[in-house]
Amino acid sequence: MSRRLESAVLHGMLIAGGIVTLFPLFWMLSASFMSTGEAATLPPHLLPHAATLAQYRQLFVRLNLGRAFFSSAFVAIIVTISSVLFGSMAGYAFAKLRFGGRDRLFGLLLSAVVIPPQVGMLPLFLLMKQLHLVNSYWGAIIPSMATMFGIFLIRQFMLSVPQDLLEAARLDGAGELRIYWSVVMPLARPILATLATFMFMSTWNDFMWPLIILSDQSHYTLPVALANLSGEHVQDIELMMAGAVVTVLPVLLVFLALQRYYIAGLMAGSVKG
Amino acid sequence: MRSESRAALLLLTPAAIILVVFFFVPVIAGFALSLTDFDLYSIGDIHNTRVVALHNYRELLGSGIFWTAVVNTLYFALAGGPLTVVVSLAAALLVNARLTKYKALFRTVYFAPVVTTLVAVAIVFKYLYHPRFGVLNRVLGALHLPTPDWLGDPHLAMFAIILLAVWKGFGYTMIIFITGLQNIPEELYEAARIDGAAWWQQFRHVTVPMLGPTFLFVGVVVAIGQMQIFAEPYVMTGGGPLNKTLTVVMLMYQQGFKFWRMGYAASVAFILFLLIGAATVLQMKLQERR
Repeated sequence: MSRRLESAVLHGMLIAGGIVTLFPLFWMLSASFMSTGEAATLPPHLLPHAATLAQYRQLFVRLNLGRAFFSSAFVAIIVTISSVLFGSMAGYAFAKLRFGGRDRLFGLLLSAVVIPPQVGMLPLFLLMKQLHLVNSYWGAIIPSMATMFGIFLIRQFMLSVPQDLLEAARLDGAGELRIYWSVVMPLARPILATLATFMFMSTWNDFMWPLIILSDQSHYTLPVALANLSGEHVQDIELMMAGAVVTVLPVLLVFLALQRYYIAGLMAGSVKG
Repeated sequence: MRSESRAALLLLTPAAIILVVFFFVPVIAGFALSLTDFDLYSIGDIHNTRVVALHNYRELLGSGIFWTAVVNTLYFALAGGPLTVVVSLAAALLVNARLTKYKALFRTVYFAPVVTTLVAVAIVFKYLYHPRFGVLNRVLGALHLPTPDWLGDPHLAMFAIILLAVWKGFGYTMIIFITGLQNIPEELYEAARIDGAAWWQQFRHVTVPMLGPTFLFVGVVVAIGQMQIFAEPYVMTGGGPLNKTLTVVMLMYQQGFKFWRMGYAASVAFILFLLIGAATVLQMKLQERR
């Protein structure tokens, strides 16, 4: 096979794969701009004949999806900030500070990653009920404010911080907390960005726990609101596609902007998708 | 030394509180819960709860719907896992090929479904699978192929969900394979070419053996993730038709949070734990043998 032909076949397959991969997202976007009923016409329309924002207007004006958008953003942002902060604190301590039982404690934490989160969900719900946090944003936020994944990721990075740097700061008379905040944290910026991107996206996309803990429409995050809406509006294809766009677009844009960091996080060995 | 310990205590405390109170204690409590008949009446008054030892587990193992859920979940994981591995390896080989231009662009395109919201794309696929209006059947019809009711046919519904899972997930494992491929020394391929090995022979005798450990890692990681499947059937089929897409986590959700049989649901959750634990042990055993 000549090199030209080989290249043509290769790129042909790559482009075909790309079309199959992007088609569902393209169709979602296209149908969201159609008028009601147009997505089910024969022969099918791939593009709206007269693009309209009617579906989006209905979502935000009549169905109050803006509220779910706000809920998702609030929950995701608070979880991101706190899990990066607490994860960096614990990750640094495990990597660089000497204290009794450190390695045993870390080993225990490491072995706990195999526990599926669903195992704790029933008692967690009862606990949240006792704390009066059912159907509140905090009920959705608190369990994710520190994650084992975050601690591992940061610890792995911190191991590569030279010990001499810390000793030098100690000789200069800097306190331990000051070293963490002013010496180590600035060095860790790339990994903090990785963790932040990762936590924002996985929290935004999270479904099962918000579904359980947020029992009232006033606090639904976007995935929960969308699942609820799809039960009531099965026939309204175009409306549901607009809802899907509103849900997917923010994470897709965050990914495109920060994919360098996000992919680095995946390579570090996460299991969550 | 003392000040380091004190700092460590301070830095570890917030994460420790969150993980202990909101993860470790609930997990242990979950096991205790599975040994009780905790239900709706217990939520009203905790004194309505009795310890029933292993009764929930006995009931579970004797219930047809539980075994249906286990079989469905294993089918999803054991068919979806390998299919994802094959598709993502093919994608990794294409993206990583020496002649490929715009590698980063194709990588981003193939990876995009991974970051999308599962609930949203499950709804999109539900319409793509629609027997009459769905784009999939329109294409199949135009090619004079059968146009089944993907999500309505008990024999096809889980397979349709598997296709969604492969679409959504292959980009993630593709990234892991690309890293694995880039770690294979170029000299091995050069030596194979000098020996006159064709593309397929290079793939079989250099790429596959060198990727060995990656295969195992990817396969098990994917299978473990897939055993937790919940959102897809919840949104697309509600577990039907004929319970053919009912999964273990969905059974736990229904029993625990719809019927409030929380003791019973907790025992379902622990069976899930055991299934995932078994898969993990299997992975470690296989890796030791290498």
